[in-house]
Amino acid sequence: MQVTSSIREPLITGGKTVRDVSEDISRQVEGKPTNLWWVAFGISSILLLFGAYCFWILLWDGVGVWGLNKTIGWAWDITNFVWWVGIGHAGTLISAILLLFRQRWRMSINRAAEAMTIFAVICAATFPLAHMGRLWIGPVWSLPLPNTFGSLWVNFNSPLLWDVFAISTYFSVSLLFWYMGLIPDFAVIRDRAVRTGHNVRAAIYNAMSFGWSGGAKAWMRYESVALILAGLSTPLVLSVHTIVSMDFATSVIPGWHATIFPPYFVAGAIFSGFAMVLTLLLITRKLFRLEDYITIYHVELMNIIIIITGSIVGIAYITEFFIAWYGQVPAEQYTFINRAFGPYWWAYASMMTCNVISPQLFWFKKIRTNLVSTFVISIIVNIGMWFERFVIIATSIHRDFLPSSWSMFYPTMYDVGQYIFTFGLFFCAFLLFAKYFPVINMAEVKSILKSTSEKK
Amino acid sequence: MQSNKNFVVGIFDDEDVLLHAVEKIRHSGVRIDEVYSPFPVHGLDDALGYRRTRLPIASFMFGLMGTILALFTQTWMLGYDWPMDIGGKNYASLPPFIPVTFEFTVLCASWGLVITFLIVSNMKPYSWPRSYDIRSTDDKHVMAIDLAHNKMSKDEIGRVLKENGASEVNEKNF
Repeated sequence: MQVTSSIREPLITGGKTVRDVSEDISRQVEGKPTNLWWVAFGISSILLLFGAYCFWILLWDGVGVWGLNKTIGWAWDITNFVWWVGIGHAGTLISAILLLFRQRWRMSINRAAEAMTIFAVICAATFPLAHMGRLWIGPVWSLPLPNTFGSLWVNFNSPLLWDVFAISTYFSVSLLFWYMGLIPDFAVIRDRAVRTGHNVRAAIYNAMSFGWSGGAKAWMRYESVALILAGLSTPLVLSVHTIVSMDFATSVIPGWHATIFPPYFVAGAIFSGFAMVLTLLLITRKLFRLEDYITIYHVELMNIIIIITGSIVGIAYITEFFIAWYGQVPAEQYTFINRAFGPYWWAYASMMTCNVISPQLFWFKKIRTNLVSTFVISIIVNIGMWFERFVIIATSIHRDFLPSSWSMFYPTMYDVGQYIFTFGLFFCAFLLFAKYFPVINMAEVKSILKSTSEKK
Repeated sequence: MQSNKNFVVGIFDDEDVLLHAVEKIRHSGVRIDEVYSPFPVHGLDDALGYRRTRLPIASFMFGLMGTILALFTQTWMLGYDWPMDIGGKNYASLPPFIPVTFEFTVLCASWGLVITFLIVSNMKPYSWPRSYDIRSTDDKHVMAIDLAHNKMSKDEIGRVLKENGASEVNEKNF
């Protein structure tokens, strides 16, 4: 027998029945897109087109169109790469780590969060691919494939190569996990289409559901697969940002060469990821009227994770400073003083304000249960986390060892354009997902309905 | 048209009623072919007497294969086939090979697992499942009982289903 807790707030409100869940979630897949959806899709497409133009110029003319110079060889591209990869982490945290911890509140939000992960990783991948210059051979040369140079193999000692493996594994395993979750829900839409006589739709969704039957044996295997994938994804997601941080930490550049980087980057990734999940879900919830499934309680729980990870990030910033002083390496000390008080002080100040101070507002229950303040702070956190990466990357290298090499970074239209390209790509993909795929995991929500829904 | 497969189909509205019904129905000597549910019902596999799935073992084997393959490939490429002097470091040493080995292990374990799952569950994009009741993906739990596997008559099975909380009892021929 299922036990209903009288202490915890219900996860699903509005007195929903199992049937209502299929109805509410499938309806938006079956109906025509709303005008609001078209407006959002139109804006995203314009961003994508403008970005695609900038991307094309970049590929045609080369990386020289960016604002990079001899001193600052990495700036917006790697900043955006790390930012997008970090955003992806929340999706896996929600779907895998919260599954292992049996947190049932993940069930309403995991589908959209995982979709966000996948699209964010695709966006992230465009930056290193573009930076390699020749898009058509870069991906081939970064893999250990036989070639006509000997074969000359890739360097397995390099963190950049680890990154190739980490990001591609992360992408493909996240895709698998997400798709496994979608299989039973595609079958729901298939059977509804069969009932209403939409044969083409039924055939498409049947193919996408791999002919899912819903038998007890299939469910038993399915649950086993979900648990193992969660178990595999958990160390995977932690390894991904660890390896991303090693791109910096294994170098000998003051400001990058820090052992604190892996945990610090992982916490920052989850922090920014949850902020992006909130930004997206607050919009999705409104657009598709999912207020009964994604409740204020869900928002509050996510905000609590933002306080925790935001505080970890804050402690990491302070620790870095302390270690720079305590380590007594002049170059390291100079880098950190320059970071806070040098020409990029404004970036550092933005990072501190957005990431350390703003999430602390969530200690007030009124603020963390208010949708407007949550939305605003979630965007502030995303801006802050972008600045964090920019601060780490640009301020550590812009004052080179020789003062004659000192430089500043000024982004060109193509730096900005490439970033806009990924925004267009991300939002177009997310809107298509939200329209044609069930945005909430129906099977999982149905399974908890009896024990944790508000009764009429 | 002559139908060669005759099923009695019991419809259940509630997962807890279903779970108790499965035990009692099996106890009364009826052989249940399969129960189709819109969501996973915990304990149903045990109630139906299914053996635990061996998918975890398959996944472990695929993972192990990935580990060995990744370690062997890296050591062979950088240690034997084309040794490269990178900052005077050892040609082949274990620590820098661990990240790629780990990622490749996860990759093989996950893909191997999911492909095995699709194969053993006989799931293909072009196959349609046999539908005993179209509502089984919506809100009903559907119990399929093959008459050929049972000695009892249709009516007797129907009576047992009703007694144990089935909201409907239908017949289905394929």
